[in-house]
Amino acid sequence: MVLERSRTGVIPTQESVPEATASEPEPITAPDPSGAVIVALAQFYPRLGDVGVNVAAHLTTIAAAAAGGAGLVVFPELSLTGYFLKDQAPEVALTLDSPEVHALLDASRAGDIDVVAGLILESDQHRFYNASLYISGGDVVHVHRKVYLPTYGLFDEQRYLAAGDRFRAFDAPLGRRTHHHWRAGILICEDLWHPTSAALLARQGVDLIICPSASPGRGLLQGEAVGTASSYDVMTRTYAQLFTTYLLYCNRSGFEDGVGFWGGSRVVDPSGSVVAEVPGAQEAVLFHSIERSALRRARVAYPLLRDERNDVNDAETDRLRRRHTRG
Amino acid sequence: MSTTPRPIDSDADTLAVDAAFVIERLRGFIADGVRKVGFERVIVGLSGGVDSSLVTALAVSSLGADNVVAVFMPYRSSDPQSQIDALAVCDSLGIAAKVVDITPQVDAYFERFPDADRTRRGNKMARERMSILYDHSMAERALVLGTSNKTELLLGYGTLFGDMASALNPIGDLYKTQVYALARALELPHSVLTKPPSADLWVGQSDEDELGMRYAVVDSVLNLLVDERRSRAEVIALGFDPGDVDAIVARVRGSQYKRRPPVIAKLSNRTIDREFRYPRDWGR
Repeated sequence: MVLERSRTGVIPTQESVPEATASEPEPITAPDPSGAVIVALAQFYPRLGDVGVNVAAHLTTIAAAAAGGAGLVVFPELSLTGYFLKDQAPEVALTLDSPEVHALLDASRAGDIDVVAGLILESDQHRFYNASLYISGGDVVHVHRKVYLPTYGLFDEQRYLAAGDRFRAFDAPLGRRTHHHWRAGILICEDLWHPTSAALLARQGVDLIICPSASPGRGLLQGEAVGTASSYDVMTRTYAQLFTTYLLYCNRSGFEDGVGFWGGSRVVDPSGSVVAEVPGAQEAVLFHSIERSALRRARVAYPLLRDERNDVNDAETDRLRRRHTRG
Repeated sequence: MSTTPRPIDSDADTLAVDAAFVIERLRGFIADGVRKVGFERVIVGLSGGVDSSLVTALAVSSLGADNVVAVFMPYRSSDPQSQIDALAVCDSLGIAAKVVDITPQVDAYFERFPDADRTRRGNKMARERMSILYDHSMAERALVLGTSNKTELLLGYGTLFGDMASALNPIGDLYKTQVYALARALELPHSVLTKPPSADLWVGQSDEDELGMRYAVVDSVLNLLVDERRSRAEVIALGFDPGDVDAIVARVRGSQYKRRPPVIAKLSNRTIDREFRYPRDWGR
């Protein structure tokens, strides 16, 4: 399935989206023993600084994902605003009370579908966060404010934005149709480059790491295999396998000031296998069914979380902290 | 001045290009950059050299032959081979070249300043071509594509507000040797790929003679200094001539002004580009 609102230069192709695409799934009436739920990753091209246009595109995609049977649709980092905002950040900022956010809440209720969307979130103290919302049934269930704001190379986030200070897991209601429980956490783009982020979520028992991203392609002269995409390939597969969790990586599409975002949105299963992927940078919506039973199989085969020595980790962390305090 | 450095494997690797991948990316860059500002067409000053020929070929590949205007702008002293090559490029791409001879306007001007040296004359020719290109840009509703490569931009080997002027530059992050790799992949005419690089601003002009170095050396040194952030000492330790390295460093520093917008006197609290920072694609 492909987004109808496609931008120039990013030519969606029907056949380029993998088989994972769901066509007209049957409504689930009884609990499914596999605990399957369809997730949709919207590899989207936001218009830079135009929240109105982007909200409208979100509503179209949310409805399409719901019609495709998805229980969750994930949009990329800063999907409501675009990425290289610079001085626009305060101008496009929203609060949880903004009508644009309420439009997404209404869409989630109307479509009976959970939504992860990215925005500049303004606090009461007028700080501006790069945030992603988890929305379900007309409510904001969870807010993640990006902790690691890259400020090097082509990135300048700390100039414009405030950093979040927590990684919290939450109960994601996406299993409500199958009466299965899913614990989820969100890491935004650069958060993924710090393994402690994923480790903290794993310690809180997540089954699903959702990673909205706005990753610009660079180091591309020798092809994607040695560029940024290869780093994300390694990270997403490694975290999914070592933390025996599903990982949904949703990157964006399009160009901003000549910088191209490389797409490659993917679902990685708890064994570390890439089970669905958009093969390129075009706009697309990727559908894939994730299953509780796959988590169970992976954790039977590799009981890494059971064996995790949090006591050792805590003791060593305390020792380092004391030494640091003593100077 | 230049000695041939010993072959350096790592260096050869880092200048290598996955041509098919990069071409695909540049096709997307052109289509996106043109259409998001409300245009459908582009215009290129085609000299018959490898840079402008590559840009023309990329544009045709991205937008289709109907949406690419190539303008060939010879001066009376231009090498006749340039026109042969430019027309061969157009033929191979299925587009027609517009030919605008700049001799009358350039000669009319220098009749009033007959003592002007060849650098002044070359710069004037480059700016006349720019001026014609932007006029035709308006007439054709076509966005001007740039044809300066990374080597030229870093060395300042171009005319400010002349050949350096454009709206979108697809090849500004490609060294000259990488431009050749893409041109070969797109199968540009043989002569374009094999003749010595020249700005063709006067008879017998040659890039490598003027630079005093071969592009292979310049590109390798620039790649080490700029992309790999190696120090001068490290580059010399890899086998490059210290005189070459210093000459390149001096050129890059000396031409920094050409790569920046004009300097604005700081007075207010919010000066353009200093505190007033918006992306070029603001709202696009």
